[in-house]
Amino acid sequence: MSAVVIHVHDASAVREAWVDIGPLDVIARRGSRVVRSPRHGDVAVFRTADDRVFALLDRCPHKGGPLSQGIVFGDKVACPLHGWTIGLADGEAGAPDHGCAPRFEARVEAGRVMVKL
Amino acid sequence: MTMDTRTAEHVQQARLRLVVVGNGMAGMRTVEELLQLAPERYDITVFGAEPHPNYNRILLSPVLAGEKSFDEIVINGLDWYATHGIKLHLNRTVVKIDRARRVVIADDGSAHAYDRVLVATGSTPFVPPIPGHNLPGVLAYRAIEDTDAMIEAARRYRHAVVIGGGLLGLEAANGLKQRGMDVTVVHLADWLMERQLDDVAAGLLQQTLESRGIAFRTRCQTSALVAGESGRVAAVRFADGETIPADLVVMAVGIRPHTALAEASGLACHRGILVSDTMQTYDPRIYAVGECVSHRGIAYGLVAPLYEQARVCANHLAALGYGRYAGSVTSTKLKVTGVDVFSAGDHLGAAGTETIVLHDAKGSVYKKLVLKDDRIVGGVLVGDTADGGWYFQMLREQQSVAQWRHRLLLGRAGCMPEAAGAGSDVTALPDTTEICGCNGVCKGMIVKTIAERKLATLDDVRKYTKASSSCGSCMGQVEALLAAAVGGAYKPANAARKPVCACTEHTHEEVRATIREQKLLSIPETMEFLDWKTPDGCPTCRPALNYYLLSTWPHEVMDDPQSRIVNERVHANIQKDGTYSVIPRMYGGTTTPDQLRRIADVADKYKIPAVKVTGGQRIDLLGVKKEDLPRVWADLDMPSGYAYAKALRTVKTCVGSEWCRFGVQDSTNLGIDLEHAFDRMWTPHKVKLAVSGCPRNCAESGIKDVGIIGVESGWEIHVAGNGGIRTEVAQLLCKVKTRDEVLEYAGAFLQLYREEARYLDRTVHWVKRVGLDYVKLRVVDDAPGRRALHARLLDAVSRQQEPWAERQQGEGAREFAPIVP
Repeated sequence: MSAVVIHVHDASAVREAWVDIGPLDVIARRGSRVVRSPRHGDVAVFRTADDRVFALLDRCPHKGGPLSQGIVFGDKVACPLHGWTIGLADGEAGAPDHGCAPRFEARVEAGRVMVKL
Repeated sequence: MTMDTRTAEHVQQARLRLVVVGNGMAGMRTVEELLQLAPERYDITVFGAEPHPNYNRILLSPVLAGEKSFDEIVINGLDWYATHGIKLHLNRTVVKIDRARRVVIADDGSAHAYDRVLVATGSTPFVPPIPGHNLPGVLAYRAIEDTDAMIEAARRYRHAVVIGGGLLGLEAANGLKQRGMDVTVVHLADWLMERQLDDVAAGLLQQTLESRGIAFRTRCQTSALVAGESGRVAAVRFADGETIPADLVVMAVGIRPHTALAEASGLACHRGILVSDTMQTYDPRIYAVGECVSHRGIAYGLVAPLYEQARVCANHLAALGYGRYAGSVTSTKLKVTGVDVFSAGDHLGAAGTETIVLHDAKGSVYKKLVLKDDRIVGGVLVGDTADGGWYFQMLREQQSVAQWRHRLLLGRAGCMPEAAGAGSDVTALPDTTEICGCNGVCKGMIVKTIAERKLATLDDVRKYTKASSSCGSCMGQVEALLAAAVGGAYKPANAARKPVCACTEHTHEEVRATIREQKLLSIPETMEFLDWKTPDGCPTCRPALNYYLLSTWPHEVMDDPQSRIVNERVHANIQKDGTYSVIPRMYGGTTTPDQLRRIADVADKYKIPAVKVTGGQRIDLLGVKKEDLPRVWADLDMPSGYAYAKALRTVKTCVGSEWCRFGVQDSTNLGIDLEHAFDRMWTPHKVKLAVSGCPRNCAESGIKDVGIIGVESGWEIHVAGNGGIRTEVAQLLCKVKTRDEVLEYAGAFLQLYREEARYLDRTVHWVKRVGLDYVKLRVVDDAPGRRALHARLLDAVSRQQEPWAERQQGEGAREFAPIVP
C-alpha cells in the first residue's frame, strides 16, 4: 500500500488525453474515487446510480472541500464540508449558491472508465 | 390528472393555457409559486373584478387607520404581470366556465379557451337583509373602494356604526375612530369575537377599546337602518326600539365564499367550492384556492391557510404532483395597533381539557391556555401576545409541555431562560447586529433577503441566508424577523407534519413505522414502497433511511456506505483542509504506557501535525491524510473511538472511590463497563456519557445524554443533558442501587432513543418532545419492557464489527487509495 506519487511532468507540456481509470466497478454506485492527475491535481470521478460517470476537480468552489467525499444523489454531489450541492454534469453550484468546479470529460468505454485529463 | 393526459402533455410542445379567475391574494400567490416551479409551462391569463393590481387585503385595516397607503399594500404592480407575460384583464368579471367547450366567458362576452382554470374568487361580505341595508352610506368592508368610502365618510360625517364585533368589525371600528369618528360597535352575540375569545378576554378587549373611545352594544340586534332627509342612512334602530344616529354603517357580520361562478358552471359547492387535497374541484381541470373553497368541510378566511393551499395548487399545476393539502390549524391575531389579541385552537376548553389562566385585570393582561394530556390544544392571549407564536408552534407540533407546565404562562423566557432574548424585540435591533453566530449573518442581511426574494418560510430564509440553518438557536429571532416582514403571510415552520425532506411527504415517524410494519430492508425498497419523489433521495433522507433500516433490522439490513456522510463512511472526522482526525477509544478515559507509546510512534511515522487531548478524555491525532488512515489504524492497533459518528462517543469518568478521598462509588470502572457495553452502537445523533463517583460531579454528568452520579446508596441516572450550543441540564430519570441496574436502565433508555427518536435528534430534543414522564413510563415503571429494550440493544451491538480493523484490508481499504493513472 505504499503508493509513492512522483510528479515528473511539466504541466504545460502535457497534452490532454483520455486516461483509463480502470473497470467501472473501481467506483461504487453513488460513489466516487480520486484520480491523482500530475497536471490538474486531484480529480474526483463519480458514478451515479444509473452508471453514468462524471469528473470534476476535487475542490468545492466554496471552501475547497473534497467533492469526492460527498454524498452522490441523482446527478449531483453534496460537498462534505458545508453541504453545497454541485451538479456533476456542469460543475455548477445549485441555488442559492454560486460557483463552479472545473469539469473533465468522462465516459464508460467497453466497461472501463475513461477521463480526459 | 390521469396518467394519459399527463403523458400527452409531455409530448405537446405548445404551452398550456391557464386562466385564473380572481386577482386576489390566494390566486396570485398560486401564480407566483407556479412561476417559480414551472415558468414555461403555461400561458397565463388573469381576470380581476376589481380595477387594481393585486393587493394585500389583510392590510386594508392599516390603510383605514392611516398607517399605510394603498401603494404600500400592492403586492404585484402592473409591471410584474408584464414581466411574466401574464395577460391581465382588470375590471372584468368572468360569468361562466363552459366546461364542455373548455372556454371561460367574461362579462363582455369574450371567450377564452383554457387547459386549466384556477378559480380564486374569494368571498363576499354577508349583508343581513334588514330594512335599509342598501341605503347610501351603508357598506361592507372588503375592498379598497370600501376603505376609500370609509375614509371619505370620516371626513364629512361624525357618527359611524359598525355592525359586527368580530375581527374585521373591530379593525374597521378602530380605523374609523382613528379617523376621528364617533364609533359604536353593535354585536349580536354575548361578547366580542366570540369565535376566537372567551368572555373574560373579550371583556378585557372591550375595556381597552372603550378606553380609546369606541362604544359597544353587545347582545344587541339591529332591526332597521333608517334614512335621513337626504336619502342617506341617518340612524340605526334596534330590536328594543332604541335608535342611535349613524351617518355611516359598516356591515362586518361575516363573509360567504363566492361560489356563484362555480355553481353556474356546474361545479359541486357546499358552503364553498368543494376541493380535493390537491385543490382540484369536481372537474379536475379546474382548481380552486382561497376563501371561495371548502376543503374537508372547512372554508378558511385567514391568509396562512390560503398560502398553504396556493403552494399545493401550484405544485400540482406544475405537474410535480407531490404536494397535498391536509387542512390547517389556524391562529388569529387582531391587527389593531396597540391592542394585542391572539387566539388559536380550542380556546373555550371542551370537556376533558384543563385550563391554565393568568388574569391581571388592572394590567389588562389575560392569558389562558387549554391543555389536554399535557399538550396545548388552544389558547387566548390579551395584552401580552409575545409568546403566541411559541404556544402555537407547540400546539401544532403537539409537543408535551409537562416539564414546564407550572411556568407555562411565563412564556418562552420563563420556561427556557437560556433562550431568552430570542424574542420579539429583535425588530428593534440595528441592522448590523449578528443574529446567526454560526453562519455570521446579521439582521440587515436577513431582512433584505426576505424582501428581495419574497421569502415566506423559515426554510427559505435558511436556504438563502444560512441564518439558523446550523444550530437553530437563533430560530426564534429569525422567525420574528420573518413574521415582522411578511405579517399574516408568515407560516411557521415545524408544522405537526414535517416531512423528512423535500423528497417525500412522509414524516420521520411514518417512515420508521412503515419500515417496521412492512419489513423493508433496503433504501431502494423503502423509497419504492413510500413513493419517494426522487430516484435516489438526497443527502438529508438517505442517511436517515440508512439509520432507520439499520436500527430496526440490525441483523437483516446491509449498511449502505454511500448513504453515510463521509465521516461515518471512512470512520474518521474530516477537517477543513480535507485531512482527517483519528481518535482511538480509551475506555472510561483510561490508557496505558504501551498505548501512549504507539500513539507517539504513529504521530512520528506519519508526520501527524497535531496531537491533542480532547474534552472527552482521549487523544486526537489531527491532520491525517486519507490514504494514510488504514495504516495509521493498523499501527495504533486500538479500536475506533467513533469520534466522528452518530454513535456512542465518549464515557467521561472521574477517578472515583478507588483513589479519590471524596469518592463514594467506583466511577471509573462503571464508565469502562458502560463504554464496552454500548460500543459501536449507532444512534440518531451522537451520544455522550459520563460517570461521577460522588455528587461533586467532576465528570460533568449533568450535561450528558446519560449522566451517572454515584451517591452513598447507589447511582443516580440523569438523562437528556447537553453541553452543546445550548446548555441543557440533564433530568433525573431514577436512582438505582447496583452497577448492573445502571447498565440495564441506561441501555434501555438508549435503545428507546434509538427506536423512537427522529434521525438527528439529540436525546434532549427527543425527550422534550415526548416528555420525561413517557420515558420514565417505558424505562422505569415497565420492568419487562425495560429488560426487553436492554436486550434488543445488546443484540444489535453484538453484531457490529470493529470498523478500523475491518477497513485495513480488502474491499473496505480500497476507498482510501487514490487512483494514480
